[in-house]
Amino acid sequence: MALKIVKGSIDRMFDKNLQDLVRGIRNHKEDEAKYISTCIDEIKQELKQDNIAVKANAVCKLTYLQMLGYDVSWAAFNIVEVMSSSKFTYKRIGYLAASQCFHESTDVIMLTTNQIRKDLSSPNQYDTGVALTGLSCFVTPDLARDLANDIMTLMSHTKPYIRKKAVLIMYKVFLKYPESLRPAFPRLKEKLEDPDPGVQSAAVNVICELARRNPKNYLSLAPLFFKLMTSSTNNWVLIKIIKLFGALTPLEPRLGKKLIEPLTNLIHRALDLLYGMVSKKNLMEIVKKLMLHVDKAEGTTYRDELLTKIIDICSQSNYQYITNFEWYISILVELTRLEGTRHGHLIASQMLDVAIRVKAIRAFAVAQMATLLDNAHLLTGNMQRNGICEVLYAAAWICGEFSEHLENPIQTLEAMLRPKVATLPGHIQAVYVQNAAKLFATVLKGQEGNTDSTAAQETSQLMIDRLPLFVQSANLEVQERASCILQLVKYIQKLQQKDVEVAEEVSALFAGELNPVAPKAQKKVPVPEGLDLDAWINEPPSESESEDEQPKAIFAKEEPKHSRPRHTEVDEKELARRREARKQEQANNPFYIKASPSSQKVYQDTPGVEHIPVVQIDLSVPLKVPGMPMSDQYVKLEEERRQKERAEKKKKEKKKRKEKRSGRGKKQDSGPESEEDITPAHMVDIVTEEMPENALPILILFYFLSVNILLTEMIAFFWPSFKVCDIQGNLQDGSQVVVSVIFENKCDSFLKSMEFNVLDSLNSKLQRPEGSGPHDGLTVPFQLPPGVSNEARFVFTVQSIVMPQKLKGTLTFIVKNEDSSTHEKLDFKLHFTCTSYLITTPCYSDAFAKLLESGDLKGSSVRLEGVNMPFHHLLARICFHHHFSVVERIDSCASMYSRSIQGHHVCLLVKTSGQTVSIDAKCDEPTLLGNVLDEIKQTFSQC
Amino acid sequence: MIKAILIFNNHGKPRLIRFYQYFAEDMQQQIIRETFHLVSKRDDNVCNFLEGGSLIGGSDYKLIYRHYATLYFVFCVDSSESELGILDLIQVFVETLDKCFENVCELDLIFHMDKVHYILQEVVMGGMVLETNMNEIVAQVEVQNRMEKSEVSVQCQPVAELISG
Repeated sequence: MALKIVKGSIDRMFDKNLQDLVRGIRNHKEDEAKYISTCIDEIKQELKQDNIAVKANAVCKLTYLQMLGYDVSWAAFNIVEVMSSSKFTYKRIGYLAASQCFHESTDVIMLTTNQIRKDLSSPNQYDTGVALTGLSCFVTPDLARDLANDIMTLMSHTKPYIRKKAVLIMYKVFLKYPESLRPAFPRLKEKLEDPDPGVQSAAVNVICELARRNPKNYLSLAPLFFKLMTSSTNNWVLIKIIKLFGALTPLEPRLGKKLIEPLTNLIHRALDLLYGMVSKKNLMEIVKKLMLHVDKAEGTTYRDELLTKIIDICSQSNYQYITNFEWYISILVELTRLEGTRHGHLIASQMLDVAIRVKAIRAFAVAQMATLLDNAHLLTGNMQRNGICEVLYAAAWICGEFSEHLENPIQTLEAMLRPKVATLPGHIQAVYVQNAAKLFATVLKGQEGNTDSTAAQETSQLMIDRLPLFVQSANLEVQERASCILQLVKYIQKLQQKDVEVAEEVSALFAGELNPVAPKAQKKVPVPEGLDLDAWINEPPSESESEDEQPKAIFAKEEPKHSRPRHTEVDEKELARRREARKQEQANNPFYIKASPSSQKVYQDTPGVEHIPVVQIDLSVPLKVPGMPMSDQYVKLEEERRQKERAEKKKKEKKKRKEKRSGRGKKQDSGPESEEDITPAHMVDIVTEEMPENALPILILFYFLSVNILLTEMIAFFWPSFKVCDIQGNLQDGSQVVVSVIFENKCDSFLKSMEFNVLDSLNSKLQRPEGSGPHDGLTVPFQLPPGVSNEARFVFTVQSIVMPQKLKGTLTFIVKNEDSSTHEKLDFKLHFTCTSYLITTPCYSDAFAKLLESGDLKGSSVRLEGVNMPFHHLLARICFHHHFSVVERIDSCASMYSRSIQGHHVCLLVKTSGQTVSIDAKCDEPTLLGNVLDEIKQTFSQC
Repeated sequence: MIKAILIFNNHGKPRLIRFYQYFAEDMQQQIIRETFHLVSKRDDNVCNFLEGGSLIGGSDYKLIYRHYATLYFVFCVDSSESELGILDLIQVFVETLDKCFENVCELDLIFHMDKVHYILQEVVMGGMVLETNMNEIVAQVEVQNRMEKSEVSVQCQPVAELISG
């Protein structure tokens, strides 16, 4: 018996499977029909065998041939055989074949009833599922009648997976065996409120289908559906229910009213979608459609909603999608015709924004605004309550500020001084008055050039006639501006009467262009030397004042974020202390430009928690951008750095390729590369060997090695102070090293199935998931579309950390193009330096002293010559590249500390004189120390 | 109701056919040909719905399709289905394929028609939409694949023993 099984299995190994069949057909394009007929003969032979696996395989192939148009009904009996296999795999194949080729007149269907019933009651839900799925395709009236009860029972199955399938198939049963509907309906209705959304959706689906045939019978379900519609978040269900209501409303008109609210909610959702849908291409079209809806919309709320949406859509990401601003201005002007909208100010601010920022369309905008002013009466039907009059604020300002673009300034001036203006809200009047003055200047300029001097005088007269109305305004702002300007104009008139030319001087009052300024521009202005923005200018306010008196905003409401935390109990001592602390901080902050060299001398005389001397450094960026939190800065630096690196790599890559082409084809030097080694966070070398000829697409771009798995963010690297607290907890596993590798796809093809593999050494092993062999690669958990990069981490187990190590590895991957894919491979080396086993750990000077006194440590020293950099840079470099922290620094001498993942203490005493740096070091592991010192030496030999 | 789901490539070669109403094989082939003819001559930027065909079920019949790279996914449905709903469903189906095959391409469909069927079975059952939640679909497909794997490895055991022994 056992032998028979073995024999069957071996036979099977030589059978064609589906993939072989497909491949074969593709290889026989010329004589496809002939090839397939031999395949069918083979299949017939296979079907004759006893082995169910062979049969199932044959049936699977038949299913494929059926798709190509071959009649396979002759194998119906074999299909039934495979369906009745006890194995899920074969059963599934059988049912699939049956669902593809069985139909009502297939006679073997009769034989399946009992098998299906058995499967329906199988303890395995997937056997049941497969049977239901198959049955749904070939159910006959007989099967429906015989199995209706079984399926009805399944509607209350414990597994939702079965329930939803059972509910759905009931529709097919109803069709074939209508008598089952009446007894099953109560249960079906119950499923509308099933806790599982899938089952709910299936029930909705079935009832909608039923209701389509006979809506009247389902009117009673309307309240239930209404509830579902308001509660369901499943779009599919919503669509179905709305369709159902479409069929029900003609029968029950009252339904229509109830539907308005939920339907408008749906519309809102749709509007939200629009926001993300727009592009440069379709923006105008979409807005046009929305404008149509605005016109048709009843009810101001919905219309306002549409209006804000239009503006949102257009103005998103700095008007990114607008290609034609004249169009946008016209849209805004069109929107002003909306009566009763609350969003006048929104339109106004858009008008101002666009007119100020888009110079090219100012002339157009001014013309439009002039028309608006001229027709102001149309907008201001119901003055105070009408929000749309806000746009006049924008119109008046634009016409005044950019009055040189006006075609007929006098007319506009006249429009701005109409008596009706006095009925506008005060802040708008104020803008009118001010801008009338600007306009007046422009008009004068135009008129004085002409010979007719009376025209200019007439204009002045117009101002003098109209302005008194505003002088009487109840609004202080309006009153003040009006009386000022009135006096000015009166004076001008006097001069005019003496034939003095005044236009030049009047327009000088309003000279200078208003340029748009980015909201963050101020931050870019560097703080002048010697200015301390944090210091008090006056004596700090007394306690009582700060307690209860919030300074009142005079001009505008103060935003809370601007308010500084109030200082309490600030006295001279406190101030001095703070100043001291600040100086300390600055001294430790390499980004801070010191006022004088003397301030560099900082004594760290207060060891303690607040003075953990963490040095944060990146040499390439000497200037601190004020106002940015430190973490941001690091993120930013990181980005910049990586960009730079990427650029460098690219350059290199090109060079490399050139070399290849010129036929020199040398192996890439696997020694440390000077340029690259300078980059921070660079602790592992991955050097590609033998770049394949066709310029391989993948570049292991940037990688670093970190100790322990705690580094969830790259920031951690640049922020040793951030790392500190975490390390203690993770030190337990002193044998783990995490390598993060960033993969970047530099080619135009898609890369997939990447596998990262390293040849383990005795000492270091790549951690592989359980069950995989010692030489298996690790699948990189992502794929790379062209130009994309992603990071993967690999954990290594390291036994001894006292020596640096190099591991050889390979990356294999598939390059996928439109029509072909190739398998490629890339070799690399991983360089584990001893430095990478060190973790930045702070140490207080007293603990440090104790450590040195203990006498457990062995010493070693190294001298660096020709180091030409400030001492604090040098320290920073050691901190950064080699994971040390400064314990104490006195003048040109500093003590530093670090700790290995296995708990070795490494202490350094760094002294500098001239260009010579001497490092005396102590460590409980001399080999490790020697290697670390070598690595430090290397770092400085490269600068 | 969904009457049929057809997947064919840019040359009209069928990659998967699933009729929820019986047609003889030659008729099925004819439907594929005509559907391909209708769909393939349309620009990519025109509407994804076609009405008024008379291939299946008379006048109450529309085609909703999407064109992805080399493949057309065509759903033939009656008026009870919403066009946008089906369009969304096609997207769900394709995204599911993408998840199950890891960046699906035509070759995956060519060589694994059975698997595509099994995935489709979790989305549409007997012409009715069964599940639209992709995570749920993928989860169910994966459980069944695992079952299949465990059964196959049991099956292969004797061979392995024979070879190693």
